[in-house]
Amino acid sequence: MNILNLFILIPIVMLLALWASRNLRQIRSVMVVGSTMLLALSVYLTIDFISQRNAGTDTPFLYTDSMTWYEPLNICYSIGVDGISVAMILLSAIIVFTGTFASWRLQPLTKEFFLWFVLLSLGVFGFFISLDMFTMFMFYETALIPMYLLIGVWGSGRKEYSAMKLTLMLMGGSAFLLMGILGIYFGSGATTMHIQEIAEMANIPTQVQYIFFPITFLGFGVLGALFPFHTWSPDGHASAPTSVSMLHAGVLMKLGGYGCFRIAMYLLPQAAEDLSWIFIILTTISVVYGALSAISQTDLKYINAYSSVSHCGLVLFALLMMTRTSCTGAILQMLSHGLMTALFFALIGMIYGRTHTRDIRELSGLMKIMPFLSVGYIIAGLANLGLPGFSGFIAEMTIFVGSFEQPDLFHRTVTIIACTSIVITAVYILRVVGKILYGTIKNEHHLALTDATWDERFTVICLIICVAGLGIAPMWVSDLINGGVSNIFTILHP
Amino acid sequence: MNYIQFLEMRPEISLLAIFVIIFTYDLIARGKWRHYFHPITCLLLMLHTGICMSESYREIDIFSGMYYTNSMIGILKTILTGGTVLLVLQANKWLRSANTTHKQGEFYTLLLSTLLGMYIMISARHFLLFFIGMELASLPLACLVAFDKYRHHSAEAGVKYILSSMFTSAVMLYGISFLYGTTGTLYFQEMTSGIDGSPLQIFALTLFFAGMGFKISLVPFHMWTADTYQGAPTVVSSYLSVISKGAAAFTLMTILIKVFAPMIEYWQIILYALTVLSITIANLFAIRQTDLKRFMAFSSISQAGYIMLAVIGGAKDGMSALVFYVLVYIFANLAVFGIIETIEHQTRSNVSRDDCNALYKTNPRLTLLMTLALFSLAGIPPFAGFFSKFFVFMSAFKAGFWILVFIALINTVISLYYYLLIVKAMYITPNETPIPTFNSSKYSRISCVICLAGIVLLGICSFVFEEIDRISFGM
Repeated sequence: MNILNLFILIPIVMLLALWASRNLRQIRSVMVVGSTMLLALSVYLTIDFISQRNAGTDTPFLYTDSMTWYEPLNICYSIGVDGISVAMILLSAIIVFTGTFASWRLQPLTKEFFLWFVLLSLGVFGFFISLDMFTMFMFYETALIPMYLLIGVWGSGRKEYSAMKLTLMLMGGSAFLLMGILGIYFGSGATTMHIQEIAEMANIPTQVQYIFFPITFLGFGVLGALFPFHTWSPDGHASAPTSVSMLHAGVLMKLGGYGCFRIAMYLLPQAAEDLSWIFIILTTISVVYGALSAISQTDLKYINAYSSVSHCGLVLFALLMMTRTSCTGAILQMLSHGLMTALFFALIGMIYGRTHTRDIRELSGLMKIMPFLSVGYIIAGLANLGLPGFSGFIAEMTIFVGSFEQPDLFHRTVTIIACTSIVITAVYILRVVGKILYGTIKNEHHLALTDATWDERFTVICLIICVAGLGIAPMWVSDLINGGVSNIFTILHP
Repeated sequence: MNYIQFLEMRPEISLLAIFVIIFTYDLIARGKWRHYFHPITCLLLMLHTGICMSESYREIDIFSGMYYTNSMIGILKTILTGGTVLLVLQANKWLRSANTTHKQGEFYTLLLSTLLGMYIMISARHFLLFFIGMELASLPLACLVAFDKYRHHSAEAGVKYILSSMFTSAVMLYGISFLYGTTGTLYFQEMTSGIDGSPLQIFALTLFFAGMGFKISLVPFHMWTADTYQGAPTVVSSYLSVISKGAAAFTLMTILIKVFAPMIEYWQIILYALTVLSITIANLFAIRQTDLKRFMAFSSISQAGYIMLAVIGGAKDGMSALVFYVLVYIFANLAVFGIIETIEHQTRSNVSRDDCNALYKTNPRLTLLMTLALFSLAGIPPFAGFFSKFFVFMSAFKAGFWILVFIALINTVISLYYYLLIVKAMYITPNETPIPTFNSSKYSRISCVICLAGIVLLGICSFVFEEIDRISFGM
């Protein structure tokens, strides 16, 4: 059997096992066993993928498999991975694994929480392994809808408002997306839904491309927090429970960037070439505006949510620059941002769980009270602002170098503008670190607080290892990604 | 005359036989025998579904071309019958309540005669037979709507239904008379050659749409829907919303492609306008509803708009999308109505959205089923509603109606909002005194399980759609 099927089967089995489980202990063991299996499987997939590539297989996708599903409509269950999807699957598995531990003590309705959580991860994995537009879209929506209940039931603050806003905006995006998918399908002659086959036929008329590229890009862009459709993101993140924030910022927002690259740009290359300037302007605004907004926020989660807007904007920005280097950088940025943000949200959740406030004006001197969490926070912050040695540096470096390869004035100007976000990021990160971790302890109650428990330490350490690992040894990841990017560039820039 | 032909009429014949059996049983059964009335009816109807489903139908004209059947029509009849079985299962508790138990027999006979009317309506290839079928499907429904005659609303709903039904029937008949005047025949087959898009025929087409629009409850012929659904017994509302609507939508499509084929550009314009209006206006009204049955009424109007997306292309894949949509819609909507029905027995009054607050705490399974059904109605994967909506969009897109598909897609987001409002009430809204834990009757539990299976499996098991697609026909 194709091992990619396991990425769908394991979550389904987990769902059934969760449904049958009776107490907290069983629920936890199902989650730990399941997410560990997923992680192990994705590590195995990565290693096996690299060794197959080294052995010289050069088909664009490996582990391909196709099964006709709806024969009259040319809908197939087609799966397969290239380097980009392998990297994304690995990222998702890491976040699901650590997310499980981050919600170790979640109350109440633990079982239901994990049911929706697993359904969400099912959608995410399914999305990354799909090569058929229909199944891809199906998994995409499967991943979105659990967010409503995850935020609405287990969230905090204005959770009902945020959950509804997030769901409706993302579903609005997927309405655009469906339109785009239908346009691509019928534009290419309505013979197949398979992404690779459509790309190879390359027969979509330019006029059709001009209509459906903006629609498709916008559809995925909403999830990628494209300005001005990013407003769901800060509210959603702020209200979501910790592990959901992690999964959402860490993985779900990557679906947007991945989809833009894999469907919008890959299948509609001519329009992508001609119309990219519109979206380059929008993403440049995202990058700078997100960073500036983060400066003026006082809620820790809002700061990170806006920082996510900025960083995810950078992903889309880099993709639209359309040079090999910048696109590799974009994928690296997805990985790096996924890990960093997950780490950030995990830490914020842990701090909030103790102090019951996320307002930076009320927090100070946490370094003395909870040194472990504080050090973790500093590491996450430094990675976020792009300190060499961590993943953020590698990603942003590659992106800006790649973007500057575009010789014309427009591309260079926007690159320089986008570069300013690095400085702004440093401002808001260092400000928060200085404010909440150092200084004197103003609130007497905080003195009684404890440092991280074992499950929290485990989560944080796992993520820090990944962030640092990506920063120290980026070459194997970028080798992994390169193959996939090259394949897309045979169509995009022939 | 070749009597073997009548075998192809087996749905009608067996339904008529069941009708007679139930009618007689109602007359003679006394004492404990009345206790078995409901199970016997259910069994008979299930048997009947089996007979309908048994094997593929030949394409055949009977009564010199007035009656026509083929596999597609046979499948549709099976689907409608299956839906009715689920409905009768759900009706169990209501039928045993003090006010209705002595009228059980009447309920079954009226219900079955409307079903017979729908069979005839679907199979008719002659406008007179079609009209008789439609009336047979409408008039007993008026009695059913007013079935709870001691409840003020029910009687009012019945009057509203019968008056608007009669009015639209008259309008439609008027339209048919124009068609007869211009073409000189009432047979579908012969009429097509006489259709040339003359002003009188356009007028006739418009009047015809008014009649069908009433049955399918498309905006602007939807005025009766909300009041009738709210006032009628829940079982009857659910019958109106799925079975009656499905049959009428299919008939509309066959008549449009069989009779009005030469006038395609005219009816596409009309249908375009009706679809946009139905989906949009119904969605906007649904947002404001707090009474669940009223809410479902508007939801069903907008769903009818989505069904029209399949009709508008007039092509083969539109018909398969339509029948599949109806099939999925039956399961999802019957699940919702079935749950409203069981909750109604607890609250003893019409169910409002506030009654559902924090229902999850006390009745988790029921709530989960309701959530899945609502997700299916909203078109969320992996539930069947997602697939049926996708196919409907695909067929309209294929016919070239991009803008229409786009409007419909934007409307799915609006519809998601109001479906989520109920989900929110059940899971999120705090409530000190939710409806206490209760057990529904085993009949309604069986029907709920069947609905759940339909919602979850129909999309994933592609052979159902493929089978429908194999036998569907278009212009």
